[in-house]
Amino acid sequence: MATKTTAPATTQERSRAARTRRLIIHIGLIGFGLIMLYPLLWMLASSFKPTAEIFRAPGLIPETFTPGNYTEGWTALQFPFHHYLLNSAIVVAGAIVGNLIGCSMAAYAFARLEFRGKRLFFAVMLATIMLPIHVVIVPQYILFAEIGWINTFLPLIVPKLLATDGFFIFLMVQFIRGLPKDLDEAARIDGCGHVRIFFRIILPLSLPALATTAIFTFIWTWNDFFSQLIFLTSPDMYTVPVALRTFVDSSSQTSWGPLFAMSVIALGPVFGFFLAGQKYLVKGIATTGIK
Amino acid sequence: MSALLQRRPKADPVAAAPAARTKPSAGNQGAKRRENLAAYGFLAPWFVGLLFITAGPLLASLYFSFTDYNLIGEHSWVGLENYSRMLEDERLHNSLRVTFVYVFVSVPLQLALALALAMVLDRGVRGLPLYRSVYYLPSLLGGSVAIAILWRQVFGANGLINQVLGFFGIQGEGWVSHPDYALGTLIVLNVWTFGAPMVIFLAGLRQIPRMYYEAASVDGAGPLYKFWHITVPLLTPIIFFNLVLQIINAFQTFTQAFIVSGGTGGPSDSTMFYTLYLYQRGFGSFEMGYASAMAWLLLMIIGGFTAVNFLASKYWVFYGD
Repeated sequence: MATKTTAPATTQERSRAARTRRLIIHIGLIGFGLIMLYPLLWMLASSFKPTAEIFRAPGLIPETFTPGNYTEGWTALQFPFHHYLLNSAIVVAGAIVGNLIGCSMAAYAFARLEFRGKRLFFAVMLATIMLPIHVVIVPQYILFAEIGWINTFLPLIVPKLLATDGFFIFLMVQFIRGLPKDLDEAARIDGCGHVRIFFRIILPLSLPALATTAIFTFIWTWNDFFSQLIFLTSPDMYTVPVALRTFVDSSSQTSWGPLFAMSVIALGPVFGFFLAGQKYLVKGIATTGIK
Repeated sequence: MSALLQRRPKADPVAAAPAARTKPSAGNQGAKRRENLAAYGFLAPWFVGLLFITAGPLLASLYFSFTDYNLIGEHSWVGLENYSRMLEDERLHNSLRVTFVYVFVSVPLQLALALALAMVLDRGVRGLPLYRSVYYLPSLLGGSVAIAILWRQVFGANGLINQVLGFFGIQGEGWVSHPDYALGTLIVLNVWTFGAPMVIFLAGLRQIPRMYYEAASVDGAGPLYKFWHITVPLLTPIIFFNLVLQIINAFQTFTQAFIVSGGTGGPSDSTMFYTLYLYQRGFGSFEMGYASAMAWLLLMIIGGFTAVNFLASKYWVFYGD
């Protein structure tokens, strides 16, 4: 009798304890997430505050809402901000097209063809992934200066077309190896050459890998500062990161509002891609380890 | 990696068979030559890139590291002078110290946080995709100039941190302008981007069969025992992967230090990262020879760390099969 009445009570208690624990975990996760995102939200909120108000309180809601930071920041530099956005867009578009073409071609050879020196070249390609850019940047600079490419977008685009981002080759090799080989063998029996197999079979089937490459090329190139700082020397060629940097240098402590406004603009496209491509991004990073 | 390098079975039988029937050796060789040619065609852009953008410049920088090249005048061979100068360059030693502190403090913190949150999220928490996205977002933005600008203000004298501290009646420092704390703010920035390794940990945790935990529970194992005897051993390949990757990344940190210190590495060289000093020597004062020697030291350090990581991995990384 006694056991009958206590048994349901304990399961109820247990489930209540589990529910409380889940609740605590969620509160912890939400709280931590808010701390993580707070600086970003604070920057967004501050971009709508008059600069003096930014310094006063850590709160998010502006007392006086001023979109003026955006118009002020837009014209604060030598060129209006859309000039730099356009430059960045050109560099990013070039880099994406370059990586898609160059890396997919190399990947097809490594994944599907047999040739002399394959193992050696593949090892070399893997090794280049780990090479810090600082080791090659000085001779690259000299080379590009020699052929008159400094202060053009070419040093930022042409290397991508030449498949220098070994990481993406590796990613595509892994992907193409996972595709059924019967398809290209059937095509070969039908008399297709390698070029047609590449365009008609491999590329269409590799869309997920190509999309991952495109997304990460976009984000990395958009965020890239080091090589753009070195290769772009005059303000009319500046991309968004380099322009933002001159903004920091030229403006005194007083214009944080406009500076934040332009920083928000600079983060916008990455954030947009993040929202749109979340699934690919997370899958891409989980399986390949890219940042 | 070794599995990737394994040679695939030679020339597929289907394509080779008809040719082999008529002209055994010649036809087969023709097919082979065609495949070789096709492969080199597809690899042509990569070869050109390797020659002019990667391997060529790599060797050139080795050469320049033995010269006094300054971009303008002629350069001459100076032997090991750049390298012996590095031995005496106090600022370079300081930049190495700063970079090592940064790597050794921020990478373990970042990975510990990544693992801790991955484990919480792996326990079937509802809304996992949302949490994962929220934590992952900073990794995507972290390397950008805009975030470095944000950091400069957040940790500035009138910044967000001090506003929050002021709320509790604490008078804060100007963190980024104080030599004792400036590096700390950059470490916080790197730890903040723990989302990328976290996603990789999450994927790794998924691979661990639940029945191991159930079996341990039956045997009366507590959560700590399960963590040390099931989770950690089975996760070592992922821990290793994240460790190698994050160390390589951390050694190359540049943007954040450049922006937060206004390109100076200050205050008092406290955020003078190795790459920042290399940039100053090479592209500030055009000592390309010296910068090249510095770059080679960086390559050796990163290569050394990666090699040690791989060697040490034999003793603590378990590939279960």
